Amino acid sequence: MNLDFTPEERAFREEVRSFIRDNLPPALAEKSRRNIHLAKEDYVAWHKILHKRGWSAPNWPKEYGGPGWTPVQKYIFDEECAAADAPPLSPFGISMVGPVIYTFGSEEQKKKYLPRILSMEDWWCQGYSEPGSGSDLASLRTRAESEGDHYIVNGHKIWTTQAHFANMMFCLVRTDPNAKPQEGISFLLIDMTTPGISVRPIISIDEGHSVNEVFLDNVRVPKANLIGKEGKGWTYAKFLLGNERTTIAEVARSKQRLRRLKEIARAEQAFGAPLLDEPSFRDKVAAVEIDLLALEYTNLRVLAAENEGKALGPEVSMLKIRGSEIQQTITELACEALGYYAAPYEHRPDGSNQPPVGPDYAQGRMESFLYNRATTIYGGSNEIQRNIIAKMVLGL
Amino acid sequence: MDFQLSEEQKLLADSVESWLQDKYDFERWRKLVKTDLGYAEENWKAMAELGWLAMPLPEEAGGLGGGAVECMLIAERFGKHLVAEPYLSTVVIGAGLILAAGSKAQQEEWLPQIAEGKAKWAFAFAEHGARFVLHEVNTAAKKAGEGWMISGKKIVVFDAPSADKLIVLARSDGAAADRQGLGLFVVDANGKGVTRQDYRTVDNRRASDIQFDNVPVLGVLGDPGNALETVEAVVDRAIGYLASEAVGAMQALYETTLAYLKTRKQFGRPIGDFQVLQHRMVDMMIHVESSRSLALLANLKADAAPAERAKAAAAAKVQIGKSGRWVGQQSIQLHGGMGMTDELNVGHYMKRLMMIDTYFGHADYHQRRFAALANAA
Repeated sequence: MNLDFTPEERAFREEVRSFIRDNLPPALAEKSRRNIHLAKEDYVAWHKILHKRGWSAPNWPKEYGGPGWTPVQKYIFDEECAAADAPPLSPFGISMVGPVIYTFGSEEQKKKYLPRILSMEDWWCQGYSEPGSGSDLASLRTRAESEGDHYIVNGHKIWTTQAHFANMMFCLVRTDPNAKPQEGISFLLIDMTTPGISVRPIISIDEGHSVNEVFLDNVRVPKANLIGKEGKGWTYAKFLLGNERTTIAEVARSKQRLRRLKEIARAEQAFGAPLLDEPSFRDKVAAVEIDLLALEYTNLRVLAAENEGKALGPEVSMLKIRGSEIQQTITELACEALGYYAAPYEHRPDGSNQPPVGPDYAQGRMESFLYNRATTIYGGSNEIQRNIIAKMVLGL
Repeated sequence: MDFQLSEEQKLLADSVESWLQDKYDFERWRKLVKTDLGYAEENWKAMAELGWLAMPLPEEAGGLGGGAVECMLIAERFGKHLVAEPYLSTVVIGAGLILAAGSKAQQEEWLPQIAEGKAKWAFAFAEHGARFVLHEVNTAAKKAGEGWMISGKKIVVFDAPSADKLIVLARSDGAAADRQGLGLFVVDANGKGVTRQDYRTVDNRRASDIQFDNVPVLGVLGDPGNALETVEAVVDRAIGYLASEAVGAMQALYETTLAYLKTRKQFGRPIGDFQVLQHRMVDMMIHVESSRSLALLANLKADAAPAERAKAAAAAKVQIGKSGRWVGQQSIQLHGGMGMTDELNVGHYMKRLMMIDTYFGHADYHQRRFAALANAA
């Protein structure tokens, strides 16, 4: 056992750091630091920069165009990207549907879609939740009926993040209404430009637009777009959610947000001294920093086990639970640190010549807190994660 | 980064576990801790023969040259079985201080005795009113001819009743709260001028309050006026040990409680069917795993640069303090009335975890220490 980085790992960190320093446009980092919702072109710009270097799919094996990094390299890459305020990679292609396609997809599907995910020619969104099927996802009712070599899809998806950017959606549909709930589900790849699809924005409590409703009205989807076998969609969906839960811990982003929180608390004054030295605030910051340190090493232990060839088990739900709770605590403390300047909430379009209200570090903190209330809900609510652990790990 | 245990380390873990399963079941433990000594001489001898007492000592001193990982593996299993022998006081702290500060001659004299199980040591550092601050020391060391004499009072000196030697943290210079002016003075635990009030602690260990009146010093470990940094380093190592001991105890509680949830029936079904208890149990698992992660960090950073080492130890102490209390208390709650009984092991684990939180400072104390280190940047 040894927790030090090897010389190769340290050299890799330097390589990543200098690449980011030389290639991440400062204006993009600045936007990413201030806003939780970025414009599509901002995400795409950074994705394409990484793609040129061969780094746009950090978790993919070499075989499919990924860099084939070890878990520790991936961890270093995430840390450096977050520390430089690089925009996050859109997870729907890279982290979610990509691994499903290269694990369960046909050769044709791999050839067609994987390069387009790597290059960001396609933007994917996730058609999982429905108005009546949130935590109880297996009750979903969007149906796909067979008609020759097509499915006719009818239904209503909701909470579809970035559907307004997407030209592709991976979608859970019911192909067999008579089977048990989990057994009648299939996993379809749907072109968002197909007639019959409409997208309606949902404005979240932060007044931003990332999530949507997607309506599917007699949408014709070629059967060639079915992943794996009809009726096995639930298996692929669970595989995807398991992958999602390790990235959802967001250790690197939380470390960066914690640094930012401390910058704010050093600059803000309380009782004639920096807020960070005020005992009750200092204690809250220290408590969450220790929680984050524990999560970081738990995450590394899980990645190390994965690296030794052990399949990720349902215990990754633990990373999602702690990771989301910690994100919420840090973003909330940042607002608390601002005092009165948590109040101004005026979005100024880029290029506005009006000066922002309050100190620069106040920009975007409340928005970040508000939008992060979703972290304990999405990807399977934390209550559902506890159910999963109770059943699958504890055998209760 | 490498989280793998070596083959030798795996063997050590297995052999400690199988010895303890054989010799240290709970019923025997209950009898053992009621004896005057509170543990068994024959166990101590066996631990010497098995090489556990020599594990962290260098080969020149008759040791096996093990490191923090070996200590961590032993501690975790000792925690699981509530081992009462004075391993922490003698091997981790006693030998640790001798190694860190003692002269070559002192090491040659004392370390082999420890490795062979022939001498037990205890560390007298705490004083009433200093709370957990290591350098708030009034006990005085005064020059007496060529040597030194100790006078003052130390409290709750763990494992002192059966110790042969005491290492006393005493002030040779400066005022009560100075970081400078402290030394490590070795005295005979049963010598002239040592008045011990021995007692049992809530977790069934043994400790003493000790009055020192002009007690002659057998030897000084290192600089008599500049021992604090050594003490802090060894205490952080001891915190790593305690963190792993706590992980072992928490793991035992987690397993015991989970098994109980599957067998205890109410309302015609196992109580583990109830979601409120399932989620409590999941949170217990998360506490155990978070504690395991930071115990690992504290142990593996035991030889890092002081600030990095101290930060890891403080973080671990906060985690095991909070989690240990929570896991202990919830285990009693989930066992219902049975959890309140002395004959069940659950309460004994909880009491040990509570004392581990207290030893070298509660979670709150270390959270403050952590903040000072983490915010210094």
